[in-house]
Amino acid sequence: MLRIKDLVKRYGKDEAVLKDLNLEVPGESVVAIIGASGAGKSTLLRCINRLVEPTSGSIDLNGTELTTLSGGELRLARRRIGMIFQGFNLINRLTVMENVLSGRLGYVPTWRAMTRNFPQSDIDRAFQLMERVGIAHYANKRADELSGGERQRVGVVRALMQEPEILLADEPTASLDPKTSRQIMELLRALASELHLPVLINIHNVTEAKEYTQRIVGMRFGRIIFDSVPTDLTQDAMDEIYAGVPAEERGETGDPESLREVVSQ
Amino acid sequence: MTSSVEKTTGHRTWKKPPFIANPAIRWAIILGVLAYVVWAVTSLPFNWERIQEGIPRAIRIFKGAFPPDMIRGELVLQGFLESIKIAIVATLAGVMLSVPIAFAAASNIAPKWLYNIGRATIIIARSFHPVIVAILFVKAVGFGPLAGILTLTIYSIGFVAKMLAERIEEIDWGQVEAIRAAGGGTFITMLYAVIPQIMPRQIGLSIYQLDSNLRASAVVGIVGAGGIGSTLMNAFRRYDYDFALAITLCIIGVILISEAISGRIRRNIW
Repeated sequence: MLRIKDLVKRYGKDEAVLKDLNLEVPGESVVAIIGASGAGKSTLLRCINRLVEPTSGSIDLNGTELTTLSGGELRLARRRIGMIFQGFNLINRLTVMENVLSGRLGYVPTWRAMTRNFPQSDIDRAFQLMERVGIAHYANKRADELSGGERQRVGVVRALMQEPEILLADEPTASLDPKTSRQIMELLRALASELHLPVLINIHNVTEAKEYTQRIVGMRFGRIIFDSVPTDLTQDAMDEIYAGVPAEERGETGDPESLREVVSQ
Repeated sequence: MTSSVEKTTGHRTWKKPPFIANPAIRWAIILGVLAYVVWAVTSLPFNWERIQEGIPRAIRIFKGAFPPDMIRGELVLQGFLESIKIAIVATLAGVMLSVPIAFAAASNIAPKWLYNIGRATIIIARSFHPVIVAILFVKAVGFGPLAGILTLTIYSIGFVAKMLAERIEEIDWGQVEAIRAAGGGTFITMLYAVIPQIMPRQIGLSIYQLDSNLRASAVVGIVGAGGIGSTLMNAFRRYDYDFALAITLCIIGVILISEAISGRIRRNIW
């Protein structure tokens, strides 16, 4: 159970990116977070595993308050939270197996990590997961030799190697073609139910969000303005989530008349 | 100056804006440089009489140098072997010290205080030409290869640590985020997310530096820091100009070979 309460994130003295945000993700649900660019989706996910430092508020994962952790405690908490990235963020020059095993870096002692001497149980788990997503035959290939869809599978397996209690996916399909994108979404949904894992997915593709998740959260300007099952996401709700652009909202756009004059000259 | 985009009747003209926009500053710089060159050339003490006296001496030296003569070939071989040893040991020591210094001097990784220390170390290592450093070390530890090794180690740090720090500052940060998100500590994150990204550059720099140290070891040898440079200097002292020319030709040959090899390796991995 992930419980976010009154979360605020402010960069410097600018307007807050997340404003008193509240969200609960129980059990093993797959939740899609939608919203325009700049709505704060990515910041929200990064606040959970503290890649971004929250300004105030509380984030509780299965009884652990995440916002106050530091040093070793933070590392122990991070290994319980798997993350999947838009740009895959694999270590390009290392092999697929090394990338997968790097999901264990929060568990193994430094000397094992240095010598790439991972415990047999980790290696077994790695092969098992790689076989599950169909990349086991690439174990000794360099990560940058794989196609986009295959790389994201490596990313998924790396996150699962952490034996996470929750999975965060930040635009996991935005760098992929439509077909591969659907395969990855399908994989995430299947894995979530097989491993009884709650998954939080930032996503731009609303059709995929509706199809592959049980709950949709709509964000706008740092607030959650929609939170319901996919069938409730009507055109009106969509218009509200994606209405306007931040500059327009603040009344910062130029006078269209003057531009028309320039163009027609 | 009028504006560079100017509207005239019918059509507009365009001229490339001058390099320095302010005309007063532009002309002041041009005139200042000209004035300095004139002053510098006229005030330098060219003593034509001494130059005239020197010409026959120069001719005598060159005459003595031809034909080049490998009288003491074993000295040349010894000198080169020592130079190569100096270059290899200095490169190894320099590169090993460069890696931690480079991490300290990378602004995206090191905290501000450490960054300042790292940058200062690099600046100090770079601020003196190896010959000056060699003179200091020859005074400190005496004639011989140890002075050469110490000199070239510092020379290596100045170059390798600086270039490596710049490479670290260009890394893809996403990979660092991924290892952090998996729960990796600072050291493990460096090992998994940073080192693989800078490895090709690290190897290329090390090979370049080995090549560069071999060349520099011939130069620092002249001030007494061992190697082929010392052999060359001794030949001059004994007026063996033909032997000295032979050594010089050998140095050119060895450097051409080492440059060809290092260039080839670097092209294949960079």
